[in-house]
Amino acid sequence: MSRNGPLALAFHALFIGFVLAPIVIVCAVAFTPEGYLSLPSHGLSLRWFRAIADYPEFVRAFRDSLWLAALSSSIAVLLSVPAALAIARYRFTGREALLALFMSPLMIPSVVLGIAFLRFFTVIGIGGTFIGLVLSHIVIVMPFALRLVLAASTGLDRAVEHAAVSLGASPLTMFRRVTLPLILPGVVSGWVLAFITSFDEVTMTVFIASPATTTLPVRLFLYIQDNIDPLVSSVSAALIFLTALVMIALDRLYGLDRLFVGAGK
Amino acid sequence: MSTAETRRRASTPWLLAGPALLLFVGVVLIPIAMTVLLSFHDWGQYKGIDPIITLKNWRDIATDSYFFEIFLRTFRIALMVTAISVAIGAPEAYILNRMGPPWRGIFLVIVLGPLLISVVARTLGWALLLGSTGLVNVALLRLGLVAAPVQFMFSETGMVIALVHVLLPFVVISVWASLQRLDPQIENAAVSLGASAVTVLRRIVLPQVMPGILSGSVVVFALAASAFATPAIIGGRRLKVASTLAYDEFLNTLNWPLGAAVAVLLLIAVAAIIVGANRFTERRYAEVFQ
Repeated sequence: MSRNGPLALAFHALFIGFVLAPIVIVCAVAFTPEGYLSLPSHGLSLRWFRAIADYPEFVRAFRDSLWLAALSSSIAVLLSVPAALAIARYRFTGREALLALFMSPLMIPSVVLGIAFLRFFTVIGIGGTFIGLVLSHIVIVMPFALRLVLAASTGLDRAVEHAAVSLGASPLTMFRRVTLPLILPGVVSGWVLAFITSFDEVTMTVFIASPATTTLPVRLFLYIQDNIDPLVSSVSAALIFLTALVMIALDRLYGLDRLFVGAGK
Repeated sequence: MSTAETRRRASTPWLLAGPALLLFVGVVLIPIAMTVLLSFHDWGQYKGIDPIITLKNWRDIATDSYFFEIFLRTFRIALMVTAISVAIGAPEAYILNRMGPPWRGIFLVIVLGPLLISVVARTLGWALLLGSTGLVNVALLRLGLVAAPVQFMFSETGMVIALVHVLLPFVVISVWASLQRLDPQIENAAVSLGASAVTVLRRIVLPQVMPGILSGSVVVFALAASAFATPAIIGGRRLKVASTLAYDEFLNTLNWPLGAAVAVLLLIAVAAIIVGANRFTERRYAEVFQ
């Protein structure tokens, strides 16, 4: 394999600098000891991280976000496993359309989804409730969960299942003891990716969140629109650290390139 | 096989996918249909939403230059973001692909990882960097490249820079995927036949990764045209794009029918571009997909 020349490596260094710059600056400003936005030139301080605790709105939004992400990704995975098995194993009329429908939240702009959910939830009387948030988040994380479960189910060796059935296993036993363990890596990765997607979502959620039930990214977004101070840096830095931990776990568990690029390799 | 059993087997996939299908019909298709319907309703400051059928909102959007300007800005920004993302993302994917372990894996995580970080946190980073006393302006002034701080915030330039950062990984992913399918033997054959590095890149690599570049561009364009948080934070309340306009109509002006019309138009435009570009790619590069 040919090596990269010095020019290519210089380009690469600039590229990585560009990618990391905004992330590094947020984390750096979060450690400032000053009362205003500045880089920590006179030592590091955790005062802005401690300040998060004095701001109950952020703490509550963080808790709600965790619950919302856990609930919606779990339900999305529960719906995805049978749907993925149906799509991976059966050839039936409407199969392509079904897959396109389940993947459609990726194609529809989040703003449009947010508006559609806002209108719908208001009409049926669950506007601004946690149930509305969960329903909408199941829909937007489904494509991520489904894609990974589908990739795992497509690559499954059917002979093992046939062996289980011929040895007298009931369909349920076969699923529990043979199929599920085999697709488990896809299911778990799908759940984690769905969790992060739900946890980070802001564009759609900003339409349907209410002051009483809101998520951390939405709270942060609304705060930033009014003013930018070191507090939003420390909240964002905390988010970045958490995401980095999940990212490393996902990379070990599944491989980030496989996760993003898809099963084709 | 009895007919009853045949029927049972035919219904099995629908039973398995049924719960998800019910949810998507109830919570995606019906709400979208309701939004389209809403865009034909009337609205007044005092009467609120009036459920009659009228073309008023659509006429307003078609004739008022205010809306035309915002949609024009939205697509101008999306086009700039797409062009820049491809110009720097495609070479980076190529460079990454030529790296050996462990660097390749490490840098791939650094490049793709930001996709998982909240877009609000990433845009905040750009708001800090691009402010009039931000690091970018400090650097430009120190280097003597500009005499006075450049106004990046509340400008289209600032929006483009931040959106390129947010969407760049999609180009890298897409080009990376098509580079994985490339047979390195073909490159080697070209070199052994006396082709220069530039010729190999232009005649061998580029034609084969073109579908990847195109599909990455479509994703970036669609996401840039409908981006919300980044334009809202960098553009402030005055420099609007289609999605922030819809947001204002819904949550500030409370003219829901007009906001719905803006959203439906955005949906149609984005869908048309995705479908059109996919058709083009499939026809033009049919042989690559075989």
